Amino acid sequence: MATYTLKINGKNQQLEAAPDTPMLWVLRDHVKLVGTKYGCGVGMCGACTIHLDGVATRSCQVPVSAVEGKSITTIEGLSENGDHPVQKAWLEIDVPQCGYCQAGQIMNAAALLNSNSNPSDQEIESAMDGNICRCGTYTRIKKAIKTAASNPEL
Amino acid sequence: MTLIKTQHNRRSFLKVSAAAGGGMMIGFNWMTSCTPASEPAIAIPSEWFKMNGYIKIGDTGLVTIFSPNPEIGQNVMTSMPMVVAEELDVKWDHVVVEQGALDEDAFKNPQFAGGSLSIKLGWDALRMAGAAGRRMLLEAAAKEWAVDVSDLTASEGVIKEKNGERSIGYGAIASKAVDIEVPEELELKEPKDYQLIGTYQKNVEGSKIVTGKPLFGIDFEKEGMLLAMIEHPPAFGMKVADFNQQEIKGMDGVRDAFIIDTTTEEPVWAEVNAFNSLIAIVGESTWQLMNAKKALKVNWETVSEAENSQMHATRLEEGLEKGNEEESRKDGDVDAAFAKAAKIIERTYSSPFMAHNTLEPMNFFAHVTENAAELVGPTQTPKALEDAASKLLDIPVEKISVNMTRMGGGFGRRLYVHFGLEAAAISKKMGAPIKLIYTREDDMTQGTYRPAYRSTYRAGLDEDNNLIAFSVRGVGLPEGPVFPNRFPAGTVDNYSAVKLGAKTNISTGAWRAPRSHFTAGAEQSFIDEVAELAGKDPIDFRLELFDRAKNNPVGEEHDYDAERYAGVLKLVKEKSNWGTDAPGVHRGVAAYYCHNSYVAQVMDVVMDAGKPKVKKVWCAVDCGIVVNREGAKNIIEGGVVDGIGHAMYSELKFENGSSVSKNFNTYQLIRHSQSPEEIEVYFVENEIAPTGLGEPGLPPATGALASALYKATGTRYYHEPFSTADQGEQKLEIG
Repeated sequence: MATYTLKINGKNQQLEAAPDTPMLWVLRDHVKLVGTKYGCGVGMCGACTIHLDGVATRSCQVPVSAVEGKSITTIEGLSENGDHPVQKAWLEIDVPQCGYCQAGQIMNAAALLNSNSNPSDQEIESAMDGNICRCGTYTRIKKAIKTAASNPEL
Repeated sequence: MTLIKTQHNRRSFLKVSAAAGGGMMIGFNWMTSCTPASEPAIAIPSEWFKMNGYIKIGDTGLVTIFSPNPEIGQNVMTSMPMVVAEELDVKWDHVVVEQGALDEDAFKNPQFAGGSLSIKLGWDALRMAGAAGRRMLLEAAAKEWAVDVSDLTASEGVIKEKNGERSIGYGAIASKAVDIEVPEELELKEPKDYQLIGTYQKNVEGSKIVTGKPLFGIDFEKEGMLLAMIEHPPAFGMKVADFNQQEIKGMDGVRDAFIIDTTTEEPVWAEVNAFNSLIAIVGESTWQLMNAKKALKVNWETVSEAENSQMHATRLEEGLEKGNEEESRKDGDVDAAFAKAAKIIERTYSSPFMAHNTLEPMNFFAHVTENAAELVGPTQTPKALEDAASKLLDIPVEKISVNMTRMGGGFGRRLYVHFGLEAAAISKKMGAPIKLIYTREDDMTQGTYRPAYRSTYRAGLDEDNNLIAFSVRGVGLPEGPVFPNRFPAGTVDNYSAVKLGAKTNISTGAWRAPRSHFTAGAEQSFIDEVAELAGKDPIDFRLELFDRAKNNPVGEEHDYDAERYAGVLKLVKEKSNWGTDAPGVHRGVAAYYCHNSYVAQVMDVVMDAGKPKVKKVWCAVDCGIVVNREGAKNIIEGGVVDGIGHAMYSELKFENGSSVSKNFNTYQLIRHSQSPEEIEVYFVENEIAPTGLGEPGLPPATGALASALYKATGTRYYHEPFSTADQGEQKLEIG
């Protein structure tokens, strides 16, 4: 066990964990932020996507020992009131079915739009291909990303 | 006017209002309170009044509607309360929705998610609940004003005198309505008068989903709760003997490790499980438990043969010849008709075992004490879990509570209750509340798979290209895929359909549109090839057959309504502009009836850098009355993507009794770039009582895809997964 001070959603948090504990489980078990989801644990489904210094990252693949000093953003901290343009677009298009993958999809999409505010269909597909939606809401996700891209608040 | 017999007699009200006295709710108040259907337009009440199992009304007029059935992504948490609100006559933005707990007496409705049945089976109970609530409020107002009920109207949560000045809101009269006796018969609305049913209302949990609120079973938390994981045998046909218990118990963060047994007496279908005996490890954090699992050294015992994919292929081939006949139908004289046919075509189709792969792995919370049990989590069958837990724990059902969380996918996987029982067994042993979580690997290798299938179709045409003979033999490991009384039964004079079963020790279960998903793909691909042989347009060919079934059906009965079947084909033909060939666009069509609904699809495939890609899909759906229009479209779109994905990519191979695929790095699910660019969904407008949508959107997709791929590539696809299975000619990848 070691003690870490992590900056999560703008706040510093102190916690104890084994150094190899993936951030996914630090968030879910230690910090009790459960919006970040477990899907595969091997970086293949994208359900656990968070932002590390603004970059979309699979939290199941990053040990807690590697994130000190970095700014960690989870779905709970993407916006104060759930009104990030991507979240708003998700609601407008009514994307979710079961909803389990959507936090990861939203975090991935928000990071994409952060680096490319007007992505083409192909750029969306290639950026989002690591995020599985088992219910098959892919066409709605693409539509929502385009809706968010057209939001002047972005 | 539609009259309906109500079951909401006074006794049932007294029972629930006693439980609900003083505004306290039964039901599930974990972490969250209500979910506004939209931003509630009125204030939060200080007092609530319970009308029946579905409805409580607050003194401000805010209405809570309890959604009875499990939510697996089919959006019943929005659509079921919409039906109640319609008959209650309340504005949707005055409604908040809560997931109801398991209480079939209060809901007067089977609470499960399966068979696309929630709306179909709930249709009467939901309307009745709303109408009963409305009637109670009207009678309370009539009594208050000393007028007759017939002098009053109710609309949008307000009761008014027809010929007078007075009006009162539901919130103001609710306290006086709770003791009103409901008449034996109630008037229901005519579909033409619906204000809410048929509109589009957003997913009531949308805001919570996009902000990451705890909603799912895996998110559930209770004070003092420990975490638990299991280790099941690595192969079917194996059983745990013993393990390095002391070493595991000594690991960091591990509280205990032991073997549990979840065998129940006289198990029903939902208790199907290959691995009743398991190792359980209990501790404080998930990562520590995962590490403890890796440190396990187990002696496994072999109890039956270790199967492999080669063995399965042989059993399917042999099963087609001499499998165990489960069901069949024969019309006319098939052999004689084939003997005189001018053209005969025979094709064999196959599909491997598949996993459900709900993105949220199996998990459940349990708190078992000496004489009671609390179970919370993702289950499609809460009642079956309650019954099974009662047997396992020897605790009466009255002392067991089951609460349903939102589910990260179901697809049939959570019809089975073993993970709930495992949680219960672990909690009992620990004497503490625990939450059991499967790893993805535990989940993918546990079984309860979709069976493997193989079917051979044969058709005979006469000299004028009329279909005079049709036969199908289909086998499954373990259950066959054939529905003998479905299309084309009733359309061909000489018809034979045989469903065959063969043995396996791989555990299997229902998987979204069980058997239909495979049979639709095989049969509809075959029909496409038969139409081609007959030199006919594939839609016209099908319509000819439906004419026969409608005007002069063969045999005593068949499962479908030929007119509705033809109706979705005609609609999809119109919407897709079938027959107008665009250069470089290759089209396939399919139609299928299952779970009481009809769906036809046209799929456009284009070649992109030498690879086929699904460009656009048109869907025509007849599910009777559509409750929530956009939600209904969403689930059909998902079915299309799911159908394409599993036909193209999915496969479990077996070696030494174990699935070779253990996680998503070795099991391919469809991804963004492989998904259709566009999907359009159209509904046949009618006033038929609504039927399900969770499953029927999927089965036609395989057939439409196979036929479009044939047009695009010149190869017919008979064996799933299309992307890697040997078709006799070439392999293929989409996108």
